[in-house]
Amino acid sequence: MIELIDTNSSQIATELVRARVRAGSPAMGMVMTLVIVVDEESAAGAMEAAKIAAHEHPARLLGVILGDARGAPQINAQVGIGEAWTGEIALIRLRGEVVRHCESVVLPLLLPDSPVVVWWPTDAPAVPADDPLGRLAQRRITDAAAATKGKTRALATQCSSYARGNTDLAWTRITPWRALLAAALDQQPLKVRRAVVAAERISPSADLLAAWLWNRLRVPVERQSSSGPGITEVCLDTRNGPIRIHREDGKLATFSSPGRPDRPVALKRRELPELLAEELRRLDEDNIYAAAVRRLVTLGERS
Amino acid sequence: MSDNPLRDPQDRRLPRIAGPCGLVLFGVTGDLSRRKVMPAIYDLANRGLLPPGFSLVGFARRDWAEQDFEQIVHDSVKEHARTEFREEVWRQLAAGFRFVPGDFDDDDAFDALRRTVQELDDVRGTGGNYAFYLAIPPGFFANVINQLKQHGLADAGPGSWRRVVVEKPFGHDLTSARELNQMIDEVFPSGTVFRIDHYLGKETVQNILAMRFANNLFEPVWNSHYVDHVQITMAEDIGIGGRAGYYDGIGAARDVIQNHLLQLLALVAMEDPVSFDADSLRLEKQKVLESVVLPRSLDRATARGQYVAGWAGGEKVIGYLDEDGIDPASTTETYAAVRLGVETRRWAGVPFYLRAGKRLGRRVTEVAVVFKRAPHLPFSATATEELTQNALVIRVQPDEGMTIRFGAKVPGTTMEIRDVNMDFVYGGSFTESSPEAYERLILDVLLGDPPLFPRHEEVELSWRILDPVLDHWARKGTPEPYESGTWGPASADAMLARDGRVWRRP
Repeated sequence: MIELIDTNSSQIATELVRARVRAGSPAMGMVMTLVIVVDEESAAGAMEAAKIAAHEHPARLLGVILGDARGAPQINAQVGIGEAWTGEIALIRLRGEVVRHCESVVLPLLLPDSPVVVWWPTDAPAVPADDPLGRLAQRRITDAAAATKGKTRALATQCSSYARGNTDLAWTRITPWRALLAAALDQQPLKVRRAVVAAERISPSADLLAAWLWNRLRVPVERQSSSGPGITEVCLDTRNGPIRIHREDGKLATFSSPGRPDRPVALKRRELPELLAEELRRLDEDNIYAAAVRRLVTLGERS
Repeated sequence: MSDNPLRDPQDRRLPRIAGPCGLVLFGVTGDLSRRKVMPAIYDLANRGLLPPGFSLVGFARRDWAEQDFEQIVHDSVKEHARTEFREEVWRQLAAGFRFVPGDFDDDDAFDALRRTVQELDDVRGTGGNYAFYLAIPPGFFANVINQLKQHGLADAGPGSWRRVVVEKPFGHDLTSARELNQMIDEVFPSGTVFRIDHYLGKETVQNILAMRFANNLFEPVWNSHYVDHVQITMAEDIGIGGRAGYYDGIGAARDVIQNHLLQLLALVAMEDPVSFDADSLRLEKQKVLESVVLPRSLDRATARGQYVAGWAGGEKVIGYLDEDGIDPASTTETYAAVRLGVETRRWAGVPFYLRAGKRLGRRVTEVAVVFKRAPHLPFSATATEELTQNALVIRVQPDEGMTIRFGAKVPGTTMEIRDVNMDFVYGGSFTESSPEAYERLILDVLLGDPPLFPRHEEVELSWRILDPVLDHWARKGTPEPYESGTWGPASADAMLARDGRVWRRP
């Protein structure tokens, strides 16, 4: 990594090209730009996760740390290219007036003619689509479960400001649950009368899972609290008996369905790089997520 | 599936998970099972693509208890699986392991197998759905298939399925391939027979279809107006190793040209399919294979060789005839090259050169589409002296990707044009996380999704193409020797030189 002190976008871009030439070839095989807006404490972890996800999606990773907006503007950056993976990293620290114009730093660094994704690993703006950096991207990834402030309201805030291209890792986390539930109904096409989702009291993923089930099954879904970790049980009640997935330890679940023996199913809570890689696989609007978000908004208005 | 309210075509995050089912694996101790099949099953489970209750039944002539079988699978998974080993995934999988010891002609063993399968239906909820994977030498196919039939294992009950999976070779000539197909077809209807050609499960091979049919850039030049010729190469740097028993009498043409290379030819040369379902793809591939013609003089348009001792990659290696278990008078070829024509409007006059061999320069599989020279070059003859023909190379393995070769100016004051390469690498470490061919194929077997499997019509057509060449060679005695570690016998180079062309150094 090369340190650039008091720098600007064009110096950062030049340094990236130089690093590639030093590595042997200026050719790029990158498919997207991933902008990571993060604070100092979480920066290292987030960049590491993005690097692993970039193994599947070779990308230019731009970490942006927004500092104190008062005082004279200063831009410092650490720039480098990946060892043993096709990607580039720039971790850019902004201070002073330029913080309010951070998009002017990022815009010249976007790869030509390829998708841009913005990810807020912890606290996201209330309206991501109106955020100066969010506006540059066609995909905006938030993580309601990782919010450090206002945890209880984080998901509701994101839902009420939903715009095309938004997505939340709380939704990504439940893909294995949804896959298993869908497979259960493939195997036994039973009519579901009601459903229960049990999870920790604050669990954006459980809320989204309940909303999704409500949308798809058109039956009321009860949201129960448990001691976790994460989601502990989903139960679909049918005329023949319940289809139940029960998970105590966040790893191995038990799958039971009417007239069938109970079976163990591996259902591990996934790590950040895996979630991010899934999120980067598709960059068009996720209509199913949009519908689940709308359901949560109407439920929220009613209560 | 469409009546499942939880499924929606727009919901593309949800993976396809196979329905309740089990796999019965014959030949548990073989190389194929340990290196490919069992690790692939674990990887599928790890990716959450196997149904709860999935069961794996091993069948082999070993005096083993269930734990011994579990240990074998465990070792093979630890050593060869591509995804991380996770205890909870292992526990889910291991709960469904069963082992049945016995010979392939042992009636009691197959009775025990039937009881095991029934027991699994009750205990694990596999619903009577089973795939029988024959990872055994083809000599035993008839035996096992008849046993399956006699013991009622081949009949699916109402609402359930039975499938059979076979590996190459699919016979050793047209007649034997027909016999084999007939024998399998008698017991398993054609839609339930899955022939594994693992090349077709590779991402790069599927990418040939994406490259050709999702882009507008390549299709206009994909014909005899622009293409001079096509070279399809599959080279291995290793010798036959411990596969003497399998390889001797088979040879390079039967081993890979008949299946892998002709399938690659079909994918490169076929017209656009109406859709991407199994039937449309097969229809187009079949049309290409039907239009393949052999040159009039097989002497001038084919070549074969046998490696002799030499130095390969800095190691001293022995010749084919000195390998363990090879008849010193063997006439089996370890290198085969053949020129084929495709008689369609698109390809008339464009030769397809296929070559395959062992102990060649390096391990590589690629398809090179070599274009004609520009009709007029407005440069002096010296400026373009080093410019050859443009080429588009699809690298199937290793280092999957695509290369385009074209001319560019050499920096300097004089006009000098030389070949340069533009590279697309199909992801750096990307390929590591992308599923292995066997994973994809086993999942497709369990889902009953056949687009990536060759049908018996294709197998028979390939033999029809190759049989005259094999007969011709059989009459000609010994193949030409070539030194290990080189790019094949001199006759292969002469064969291209007669057409005014040269082999690429891949």
